[in-house]
Amino acid sequence: MSRISIEQVKHVAHLARLAITDEEAEMFTKQLDAIITFAEQLNELDTENVPPTSHVLDMKNVMREDVPTPGLPREEVLKNAPDHQDGQFRVPAILE
Amino acid sequence: MSLFDHKISELHRLLHKKEISVSDLVDESFRRIGEVEEKVQAFLTLNEENARAKAKELDDKLAKEENDFGTLFGMPIGIKDNIVTKGLRTTCASKILYNFDPIYDATVMERLHEAGAITIGKLNMDEFAMGSSTENSGFQLTRNPWDLERVPGGSSGGSAAAVAAGEVPFALGSDTGGSIRQPAAFCGVVGLKPTYGRVSRFGLVAFASSLDQIGPITRTVEDNAYLLQVIAGLDPMDSTSANVEVPNYVEALTGDIKGLKIAVPKEYLGEGVSEEVRQSVLDALKVLEKLGATWEEVSLPHSKYALATYYLLASSEASANLARFDGVRYGYRTDNAKNLIDMYKQTRSEGFGNEVKRRIMLGTFALSSGYYDAYYKKAQKVRTLIKQDFEKVFEKYDVIIGPTTPTPAFKIGEKTHDPLTMYANDILTIPVNLAGVPGISVPCGFVNGLPVGLQIIGKHFDESTIYRVAHAFEQATDYHKQKPAL
Repeated sequence: MSRISIEQVKHVAHLARLAITDEEAEMFTKQLDAIITFAEQLNELDTENVPPTSHVLDMKNVMREDVPTPGLPREEVLKNAPDHQDGQFRVPAILE
Repeated sequence: MSLFDHKISELHRLLHKKEISVSDLVDESFRRIGEVEEKVQAFLTLNEENARAKAKELDDKLAKEENDFGTLFGMPIGIKDNIVTKGLRTTCASKILYNFDPIYDATVMERLHEAGAITIGKLNMDEFAMGSSTENSGFQLTRNPWDLERVPGGSSGGSAAAVAAGEVPFALGSDTGGSIRQPAAFCGVVGLKPTYGRVSRFGLVAFASSLDQIGPITRTVEDNAYLLQVIAGLDPMDSTSANVEVPNYVEALTGDIKGLKIAVPKEYLGEGVSEEVRQSVLDALKVLEKLGATWEEVSLPHSKYALATYYLLASSEASANLARFDGVRYGYRTDNAKNLIDMYKQTRSEGFGNEVKRRIMLGTFALSSGYYDAYYKKAQKVRTLIKQDFEKVFEKYDVIIGPTTPTPAFKIGEKTHDPLTMYANDILTIPVNLAGVPGISVPCGFVNGLPVGLQIIGKHFDESTIYRVAHAFEQATDYHKQKPAL
């Protein structure tokens, strides 16, 4: 049985905001299925009482003083923008 | 003989005696690039004008006998193209960032500048560091200086190839599952993946944030230690950088490894590892024995699960990290979009290559509702078991030693047909990232004219010990002195 269907791959692509052709969907389904099948070897292990790793070092809740500092200058930040207007990023219409 | 055959300490002596100038060093880089870059193709962007101007500035300082020379005063360096460099194009070898000029420097860049290093250019890599051969670059194919028909390894393939080819004496790479150590092994140079948290990741374009580390690629262990000294340490801009004191790494290079206890995992010399590579490692262990170390076989029983664990976790983190490339704030934006959602989709589809898309989709799947527990959480639990394997061995031993890769460099195109075949190349390096411990690759032999790498793995924050062992081994052998005939 396959681990992932072509419909699921198309759904995942949509969630990840990727446009894929039917041909690509077929290729990715095959490849992802092989990878997921391979990954299922992890099921051989009993991990019932094993805690998941959240950090490899014994480190938690790193805090700093809550002091405001200047951010990056707006003109600089907009330098790399594909499109901007009046000091803001410009995007295509959200609704058609 | 190239100037870059000298170590940093020797180059500094020559600079102080005025036998060479900083401009000579920068000239040597660009001369060699002119000579071999057409064959090797390691660089995506050159920083020639700025590098020469900076060299002049430092030469003026030298003439004035100012004594505030940094640790890397006048040293030319190449930078992997996923480390942001202010005003110098940074693409991650991806079309989606083809025109991106960062407006700030990564913390490692600030530290290199303070220490006096000079950036020669930005180095090719697998797109967003996803790959083991640099064949996933969106722009060009980098070739292995030892055999131009073979890959340099990856993802820091440009960094390792440029150092091996003598274009730069040192480079920075990044390592998420072996991306410094594997290309260092394939190209016959020294590459260190520091402990997770040892080096700030601020300004390293994130792939898998719980695994990524920046590290040095050099010709010698001593130079590697000099570079780490400069880039290591706590950074307020990266909350995962560790508040752990940075020792003097160069002082650790005593050459003395008497009484050192080495663990050799049987899983690292077993199935999948070529006979020649196995033999090179066993020969290396003999060298270390002669120097007074002892070794015993141990087991890291969960090694075989590391690859699956890694691909689930790294892809999950990547799917979140790469969501920022949406055509809004920087980089490529499609011309053919009707509305915002369509713009996101077209931009990302036209901008990312197939390996990146594959991993984003795998990660999105592993994190999606209904599958999270079965894949992502399961992998996080297995990661704990893998980490415990290392902790157990390090209770009794100082270092773990094995090969860096199962085989020497493979041919261009040999493994591109099947993602799983390519992934399998990283089985010996991935567990180190999952456990967060440091690992170094040093040259330990040749098979049919291709370099083989010895991997030395240490305890958390014990880079000093692995440097000491790597240095002692290097002093007892001459593999690091051999150079490719380009």
